[in-house]
Amino acid sequence: MKTKALIGIIIVFLIVLFSSAYVVDETEQVIITQFGKSIGEPKTKPNLYFKIPLIQQANYFPKNLLEWDGDPGQVPTLDKTFIWVDTFARWKIVDPLKFFQTVNNVVGAMARLDDILDPAVRNLITSYPLMETVRMTNREMDTFETGSGQQLEGQEHRQLGEITTGRQEIIKRILEQAQPKLQAFGIQLADVKIKRLNYVEQVRKSVYGRMIAERRQIAEKFRSEGEGEARKIEGNRERELKRITSEAYMKAQKIKGLADGEATLIYAKAYNKDPEFYSFVKSLDVYKNTMDKESSLVLSTDSDFLEYIKGYRKSK
Amino acid sequence: MAWDWDKLQQKRQSGSGGNASPPPNVDEVLEKIKNVKKKIPGGVPIIIALVILFFIGSSSIFTVAVDEVGVIQRFGKYVRTTPPGLNFKLPASIEKVTKVKVKRVEKEEFGFRTLRAGVRTRYAAASAYENESLMLTGDLNVAIVPWIVQYRIKDPYLYLFKVRNVRTTLRDLSESTMRLVVGDRSINEVISKRDEIAVYAKELLQKELDEAETGIQVKTIEMKKTNVPEPVQPSFNEVNQAVQEKERMVYQANEAYNKVIPAAKGEAEKTIKAAEGYALDRVNRSKGDAARFLSIYNEYTKAKDITRRRLYLEAMQEIFPKMGDKYIVDSDQKNLLPLLNLGKSQGGK
Repeated sequence: MKTKALIGIIIVFLIVLFSSAYVVDETEQVIITQFGKSIGEPKTKPNLYFKIPLIQQANYFPKNLLEWDGDPGQVPTLDKTFIWVDTFARWKIVDPLKFFQTVNNVVGAMARLDDILDPAVRNLITSYPLMETVRMTNREMDTFETGSGQQLEGQEHRQLGEITTGRQEIIKRILEQAQPKLQAFGIQLADVKIKRLNYVEQVRKSVYGRMIAERRQIAEKFRSEGEGEARKIEGNRERELKRITSEAYMKAQKIKGLADGEATLIYAKAYNKDPEFYSFVKSLDVYKNTMDKESSLVLSTDSDFLEYIKGYRKSK
Repeated sequence: MAWDWDKLQQKRQSGSGGNASPPPNVDEVLEKIKNVKKKIPGGVPIIIALVILFFIGSSSIFTVAVDEVGVIQRFGKYVRTTPPGLNFKLPASIEKVTKVKVKRVEKEEFGFRTLRAGVRTRYAAASAYENESLMLTGDLNVAIVPWIVQYRIKDPYLYLFKVRNVRTTLRDLSESTMRLVVGDRSINEVISKRDEIAVYAKELLQKELDEAETGIQVKTIEMKKTNVPEPVQPSFNEVNQAVQEKERMVYQANEAYNKVIPAAKGEAEKTIKAAEGYALDRVNRSKGDAARFLSIYNEYTKAKDITRRRLYLEAMQEIFPKMGDKYIVDSDQKNLLPLLNLGKSQGGK
C-alpha cells in the first residue's frame, strides 16, 4: 500500500511539473496569459520556464524571420505599360505583446501585410516609369554587337533614357511607406523585394515584335557592312594592282634610262676621238648587216671599189 | 514454453492475414511481465528503473555523420555544436540534438528542373518554368535566363534559428537578385556575358543571404543557356547569319585580293629585273663596242690610208657575195634607168 501511495504522489507531482514547465525554443517567444490577460514580460530568451498550471497559458510566437509572398498582379507604370509584379517580403515579430493584442496570430498578420504591402507596391510602381523599376544603376550597357553604327545607338539612348531612382530605391520607398503602418502590430519589415517583373501577355507580344524588328535592322546593317567592306577590299585591290605595276614600270624605265645614258657616254667618249673614222667603220658594219640577197646594187665604174675594173693603171 | 510458440505462430498468421487487427502482442507482453514478476522478487520497480535507464542512456548517446554537425539545445537554448562521431548529451527533454548537413552542397534550379540526373541528364520542359526564367533586361527586352544556385550551410546556428523557411527565402532572394542583375544589362550582355552575370549575382546574393542571417554560403551560381523567348529566336539567328555573311563577304574579297596582288608583285619584280638585265646588257655592249673601236682606232692612227683601204675592201668582200643582183655601169653611160628592170624582181615574187 505504501509503495502504491508513493507512486501516486510521484505521478501527481510529475503531472504538475510537466504542466507548469514550458520550454521556449531559439525560434520562439512566449506570452503568458491568465484568463486571456497577459501576465509579465514576454519571454523572448530561449530557456525552461514555469507557470501556474491550468490557470496560466503559454502563447507561442515565432521569433525568427518570416516570409510574406505578395499576390502577383498587373500594375500600370507611369509610362502606361502594364506589367506583372510579384513581390515578397520578410518580417519578424518585434513586439509580441502588441502582435498578440492586434493580430493574434501569424495568419492574422499575413492578412494585414496583404492589406498594407500590396497597395504600397502598387503605389510606388505606378508612380515611376518602367525603366526605373527595371534598372538599378545607370550602368553603360552594351546594347548592340560590336561595330554598330552611331545612328542606332543614338536612337536607343533616346528611347531608354537615364534613370534617377532605380529599383533598389523604389523598394526602399515601399519599405518606408509600409513600415510605419506595421509598427502598430508589433511587426518589423526586414525588406520588401520584387521577385518577378514582367510584361503582361498582350504587351509581351508587341515587345517581341519590336525585338524582332530591332534584330532585323541589325542583321541588315551587318549585311550592308559586309558589302561595304568587300567593296573596300576590292577597291584596295585595284589600287594596289595599279600601284605595283606602275611602280615597277617606273623603276624599270629609270634603270634603263640610266643604262642608256651611261652607254651613250661611253660611246661618245670613244667615238669622239675621230667621228669621221667612226662613221666609216660603223657604215661598213651597217652595210654588212643590212645587205642581203634581196638588195640589188648598181655600181658605177667610177666607184673606189671598181677602180681597177677598167684598167690596171694607177688611178688619178 | 510451448504456449509461447503457439502464440507466436498465431501472431504470424494474424499478421499475414491483415494488419488492421489490433496487435495481440500487448497481452502477450503483459503476460510475460507477470510471468517474470513471479520469478524475480520485487521485479516491477527494477524493470521500470531499467526501462528508464535504457531510455536515458539511448537518448544521451548519439552519432553525427561525417558530413554533419549536431546542434544541441538545452531547454530550447542553443548550447553547443558537436563534431562528427559519437557524442553525448543530457537525456531527451533536457537537451535536444538537431543534425545539420554542413558539408553537403545543395542545389536549387531556376527556370528548369532536372528530371533524372545521369549520363544523359533529362530536364523537364523549360516552358513549364518560364515564369521563373522570363526576365526584363535593361534595354526593356525579354530574356530567358535559367540558372542554378549551389550552396551549403555555413552557420548551422543561423540556419536553424534565424529564418523560418530558409529554402523559400533562398529561392526568393535568388530570383530577385538575378532579376536585379539582369535588369541592369542589355539583352546582348545577358546572352554573351553569362559568366560576368553569375559572378556579380553570386556576390549580391551572398550579401542578401548574410543580411537575412540565413547561415547559407553560396558556392556557385551557374548560368544555363540564356536565350531570347521562342518567337524572337529566329530573328536573333538571322543576326548571327548576317554576321557570318558579312565575314564571308570580307573573306571572299580578301581571297580575290590575295589571288591578284602577290602575282602582280612577282610580275613587277620581273619587270624590274628585266630592266636591270637590259641595263647591264646595254652598258656592257657599249663598253665592248667602245673598246673595240678604240683598239681599231689606235692602229688606224698609225697607218690611216692603208687601214681605210683594207677595212673597206674587207667589208666589200663580205658584202658582195651576200647580195642579189649586181649591176656594173660604166661611168660614161648616161640614162641608165631603162636598163634596170626593177619591177621584174618585184613582180616575180
